[in-house]
Amino acid sequence: MESYETHEHDVLVIGAGGAGLRATVEAAVQGVSVGVVCKSLLGKAHTVMAEGGVAAAMANVDEADCWQTHFKDTMAGGKMLNNWRMAQLHAQQSPERVYELERWGALFDRTADGKILQRAFGGHTHNRLAHVGDRTGLELIRTMQDRVVQQGVPVYMECTITHLLKDGDRVSGAVGYWRDTGRFVVFKAKAIVLATGGVGKSFKVTSNSWEYTSDGIGMAFKSGAELIDMEFLQFHPTGMVWPPGVKGLLVTEAVRGEGGLLRNNKGERFMEKYDPKRMELSTRDLVARSIYTEVKEGRGSEHGGVFLDVSHLPAETVIKKLPSMYHQFKDLADVDITKGPMEVGPTTHYMMGGVRVDADTGQTTVPGLFAAGEVGGGMHGANRLGGNSLSDLLVFGKLTGEAAAQFAKKSSKLRVREEDIKAGIEEMLAPLARTSGPSPYEIHEKLQELMQSYVGIMRTEQDLKHAIEQLQTLKQEAQRVRVTGSRMYNPGWHLAYDLKTMLNTSEAIARCALQRTESRGAHTRLDHPATSPEWGKVNSTVNQDGDGMRVGTSPLPQMPEELRQLFEEPVAAAKK
Amino acid sequence: MATTEAAPPRIATTRARREHPPGLGVTWRRDNWWLQPLAVFLGLSAFGVYSTWAALQGVYYSCSTAQQGLNLTCNYLSPFYSPLLGEWWGLSPAVFILWMPLGFRATCYYYRKAYYRAFFLDPPACNVGEAREHSYCGENAMPLKLQNIHRYFLYLAILVLAFLWKDAYEGFLFRSDSGEMAFGVGIGTIVLLANCVFLSFYTLGCHSLRHLIGGRLDSFHGGSCATRHQCWKGVTKLNEHHQLWAWVSLVVVGFTDFYVRMVAMGVFNDLRLF
Amino acid sequence: MSEVVVRVSQGTADQNEERRYQVPVTPGMVVLDAIHYIQAHFAPDLAVRWNCKAAKCGSCSAEVNGKPSLMCKSRLDDFQPGEEIVVYPLRSFPRIKDLVTNVSWNYEVNKKIVPFTPRKNAQWKMYQEDMDRVQEFRKCIECFLCQNVCHVLRNHEKYEQFGGPRFFVRLAGLEMHPLDGADRLPYVKDEAGIGYCNITKCCTEVCPESIHITDNAIIPLKERVVDRYYDPLTKLFRIFSGNNK
Ligand SMILES: Cc1cc2nc3c(=O)[nH]c(=O)nc-3n(C[C@H](O)[C@H](O)[C@H](O)COP(=O)(O)OP(=O)(O)OC[C@H]3O[C@@H](n4cnc5c(N)ncnc54)[C@H](O)[C@@H]3O)c2cc1C
Ligand code: SF4
Ligand code: SF4
Ligand code: FES
Ligand code: FES
Repeated sequence: MESYETHEHDVLVIGAGGAGLRATVEAAVQGVSVGVVCKSLLGKAHTVMAEGGVAAAMANVDEADCWQTHFKDTMAGGKMLNNWRMAQLHAQQSPERVYELERWGALFDRTADGKILQRAFGGHTHNRLAHVGDRTGLELIRTMQDRVVQQGVPVYMECTITHLLKDGDRVSGAVGYWRDTGRFVVFKAKAIVLATGGVGKSFKVTSNSWEYTSDGIGMAFKSGAELIDMEFLQFHPTGMVWPPGVKGLLVTEAVRGEGGLLRNNKGERFMEKYDPKRMELSTRDLVARSIYTEVKEGRGSEHGGVFLDVSHLPAETVIKKLPSMYHQFKDLADVDITKGPMEVGPTTHYMMGGVRVDADTGQTTVPGLFAAGEVGGGMHGANRLGGNSLSDLLVFGKLTGEAAAQFAKKSSKLRVREEDIKAGIEEMLAPLARTSGPSPYEIHEKLQELMQSYVGIMRTEQDLKHAIEQLQTLKQEAQRVRVTGSRMYNPGWHLAYDLKTMLNTSEAIARCALQRTESRGAHTRLDHPATSPEWGKVNSTVNQDGDGMRVGTSPLPQMPEELRQLFEEPVAAAKK
Repeated sequence: MATTEAAPPRIATTRARREHPPGLGVTWRRDNWWLQPLAVFLGLSAFGVYSTWAALQGVYYSCSTAQQGLNLTCNYLSPFYSPLLGEWWGLSPAVFILWMPLGFRATCYYYRKAYYRAFFLDPPACNVGEAREHSYCGENAMPLKLQNIHRYFLYLAILVLAFLWKDAYEGFLFRSDSGEMAFGVGIGTIVLLANCVFLSFYTLGCHSLRHLIGGRLDSFHGGSCATRHQCWKGVTKLNEHHQLWAWVSLVVVGFTDFYVRMVAMGVFNDLRLF
Repeated sequence: MSEVVVRVSQGTADQNEERRYQVPVTPGMVVLDAIHYIQAHFAPDLAVRWNCKAAKCGSCSAEVNGKPSLMCKSRLDDFQPGEEIVVYPLRSFPRIKDLVTNVSWNYEVNKKIVPFTPRKNAQWKMYQEDMDRVQEFRKCIECFLCQNVCHVLRNHEKYEQFGGPRFFVRLAGLEMHPLDGADRLPYVKDEAGIGYCNITKCCTEVCPESIHITDNAIIPLKERVVDRYYDPLTKLFRIFSGNNK
C-alpha cells in the first residue's frame, strides 16, 4: 500500500488564515506542541484579501462607542439569530485583540492624536473599523505570520487535509497530501482546530478564491459534527460585474464607508426607497437585495449592475484611502474611479453558518475538534456586518487556540487507526485509477451554474427542490470522475476531491434554505417574503445520517436578562 | 501493514533554473531592451569626452580669459572652472575642481545604476544575461566599496554649488563704459542661472541628503523632528525625479561651459537682454 | 470571438516542453484566465499557483513574454494583436511542475530576520506621518517577482550571501518602525548582504504593488549602514554622544 509520512503534535491547526494563525499563536503560548497546515503558501490565505477593516469598539473616533453598542449592532445585523454569547465575547474582546496586533508590529492608520483610526461601515452605529487603507487583511496576516514564525511553529505549507481520524468518539488526527508531490501525510494530534474558511467556490459569481471549497465543513460533518445555519450565505452587494473575467471580484464596503454613492441608471440614489435612514450604509443583505431589485426592474447598468460612485470625493482621498480599489478598477476594468462610477452587483461572499461551536471554547460537537473563523457558525446569525469577520477571527481564534491547548494538555495519547488512513488514501487515489469518466472541471462548472441560478440571492421552493435533485445527479457523476496525469501538483486531481466536499456542502445549503420558510437576513424566500417570529426562535441544524444528511432545527440559546435589557434602554445608560 | 516513513527533506537547494546556457544578452524579453543602455552609454560617453576636453583647455573658460581683441562686458565663468583656484604647475585650473562634482556624480546612486547597467553590463537590462556570472561581488568589495563615501562628495558638491550661485549672481553684473559693474541680463546670465537651478534640484534630491536630513530618524513626530520631516518631504519630492534632474543638470552644465567657451572664443555673440 | 495562441512551459525540475494552445478571448481577460481555460479544456493537470485572482495574494507570479508579472494582472488586450503569449515559471527558483516553482528559500531567509521588538516603555502612540513611510513596505504581497528578477540571485546565484529585495523591504519596515527597538544593521550588512545590491532597480520595475524598493527601502538602508560602518564622522559623533545604537 501507499506509504506516508507521520507528524505528531498536541494541537494541529488546519488553516493559516486569520483564525488559524491566531489560534496557533495562542496554542503555542500555552506551551504545547503545535503544527499548522495550509493548502496554499503561508500568507496567501483568504484573509489577505480582506480590505475594509476590523470592527472593534475602541471608541477612538466616536467616544460614544462601547461593546454594548457593538453587541447590539451585531445582533440586529444578524436578525437576532446570532449566538448571543459569541456576539458578546466578540464585542467585548475585539478591542484588546486589535491592540495586541499593534504590539506585534501591525501598523494601522492613525488619528491625529496617534490612536488607531476607525472608519464607518454598514450596520455599525459608530465609526468602528480599524483599518490600513483597504488592505487590512494583509496587515493582519503578515503580523500573525511573523508571530508564528517567531514562535518557531512548524508550518506545513501546500498540504491539503482531506480526512479527520478518530479514536472512539474523539478526534485523533488527520490525513492529507502534499500538493507538490502528491504524497500522503498523517498528522496525529490530541486536539484539532479547523480554520479552513468558507464555501464560495460552489458559486459562479463569488469574491472567494479557489481555497473556499468548504473542506473544514465537509470534514467536520463527516466526522459527526453538527452544522448550523447553512442557509445563511452572504451575498456582498458590491462585486465587480464587468469585464467577465473579474465578475464577482469584491468592491470593498469601505468604498461606501468613505462616502461612495449608489445610483441606478436613472441617476437616482435608490437606497432612499429601501433604507432612507442608513442609505448606502445599510446592512449587506438589504443593500444586496435592493441592487438585485433595481436590476431586475430594469434600472440597472449596461452589464447588469448598478453604479457606485466616489468621483465626487477629492481624487487624493480616493487614492489614499482606497488604493487597491483604485488600481483594481484601473488595471482590470479600465475605469478611473476618481473620475467615473464603478459598475457593481451582488457576489457570493461569506458563509454565516458552519460548524456548531461552543461559544467560550470553540469546541464542536465532536470532542477534540475545534473550529474558528468562517468555518464556524453562530456568531453572525442571519447576516454578518462588515468588519465583524476579521474581529471574529481574532477573538475566537484566540479563545479556540487556548481551549484546544488546554484540552490537549488534559488528554492522554490517542490512537489513529490504520484502516481509516487506508480508506482515506484509497478514496483519494480512486479517480486516478479510472480509465473513463467525466472531468472534474466539467462537474464543477455545472455545480456553480446550478447553485448560482437556483440557490442564489432570491430563493423559492421550486428552485431549491430542483437544485437538491440536480445535486444528487452531480454527486453520482462525481463518484465517477477521472483524473489524468501524475500526482505531482495536479489541480485536476485536487479538484476531484474538493468537488465531493462542495457538493455535500451545497446540498446542506439548499436543504436548510428549503426548510426555512421565511425571509431573514441573507436568506430570502420569494415564496415566503415575511420574517416569521417562529423561525426566529430556532437555528437550522444539519447532521450526518448514514450516507445522507438530516436537516432539523434546534432552539436558539436564550440571552440572559441583562443583555436582553440592552435592546430596550438606550445604550448610553448601560455604559455606566 | 502500512509503511511509515520519515519526512523527506522538503527544501531543495535553491538554484536558478536555465533553459539555455547563461551568457551576455541571453534573454526572453521581446522588446528592444538594449536601447536604453545604449542611449545611456552614448550620453555619458559624450559628456565624458567633452568635459575632459574642456577641462584640459585651460583657456576660454570665462569672459576674462576671452580671445584677445574681443571686448566683452560680461562676467561669466564656466562651471567646470569654479571656484577658480588659479593655475598650478601649469595644469588647467579645472583639474583642481572638477574631481569634486565628478566624484559626486560618479558615486551618485542614480549614476551608479546607469553605468553599472550601460558600462559594466551588470546587468545590461533587467532579465538579460551577464557576461561574468558568479564572479560578481557588487559593492561589497574594493574598489566599489568606496561608493559608500558618497555623502562626503555631497558636502563638497554643496560647497561648489555655493560658488556656482555666486557665479550666477556675478553673471548679472556687466562692465559699463565707465568701468563700473552694473546690473544687466544677457543670455549667458540665464544660462548660468538655469545651470544653478538644475544643479540644485539635482543636488538637493540626493539620497544621502535625504537620509541625513530626516531619513535616519525612526520617528518624524514632534519638535525638531517635525521640522526635519518637512525638509525630508521636500528632498523626497526632488528625489522622486532624481534621474531626471541628473540628466537635465548634466546636459545643462555641459552646455553652460560650452556657451561661455563659445562667447569667450567669439563664436557666439552674447545677447544683452537688459 | 477572437483567439490567442498561448505557449506554456510545462515539465518538472529539469525537463521543459513548450505546449501551444488556442484560447478564445473575452473582454478584460487576463493570462491567468487563459491558463484556467487550458486547464479546464486541454490540460487538467497543468500546475499553476493562484489564490485571489485580484492581485492581492502574490501567488500567480510567472514570466509572461519574458516579463516577470502577476498572471492575474496581465491583460490579454495589452499584447499586440496576433502576438503569441509565452508563459514560463519564475526562473530564479527551481521548478516543481509546470508554472509552479519552489519558493521555500524565501521563507528560510524570512525566518532569520529579527521580528518586531517594541522599545522598552513604548507608549503605543503612533502618528500618520510615520505610518506613511512604513506602510509602503507593508504593502508587499510576497509575490517574489523582485527576488526573481534581481540579478544577484538570478544571474549570480548568491542565495547564501544575499537576502534579496523583498527582505530589504521587510527590514526597512522594521528598522523604520517608530516603536521598534531591535538593531538589524549588522544583519543587513553581513548576512543579508546589502552590499551585493548594485541599485540597478530591476526589483522596483517589477513590483506589482509599486513599492519603491530601491529608493525607499534599499538606499535608505544602505545609508544607515554607512552611518554605522563607513562614515568616520558619525562614528566619532556616536562616541562623543555616547549613543551606541
Ligand atoms: C474579498 C474579501 C474581502 C473581505 N473583506 C473583509 C473585511 O473588510 N472585513 C472583514 O471583517 N471581513 C472581510 N472579509 C471576510 C474575511 O476576510 C474572511 O471571512 C476571513 O478572512 C476568513 O478567515 P479564516 O481564517 O476563517 O479563513 P481563511 O483566511 O480563508 O483561511 C483558510 C485557511 O485554511 C486553509 N485550508 C482550507 N482548507 C484546507 C485543507 N483542506 N487543508 C489544509 N488547509 C486548508 C487555507 O489554506 C487557508 O490557510 C472579506 C472576504 C473577502 C473574500
Ligand atoms: S536594485 Fe538591488 S535588489 Fe533590486 S534588483 Fe537591483 S541589485 Fe537586486
Ligand atoms: S516587494 Fe513587490 S515585487 Fe517584491 S515580493 Fe513584495 S510585492 Fe512582490
Ligand atoms: S544620490 Fe544622486 S546625488 Fe546623491
Ligand atoms: S492570484 Fe493572487 S495575485 Fe494573482
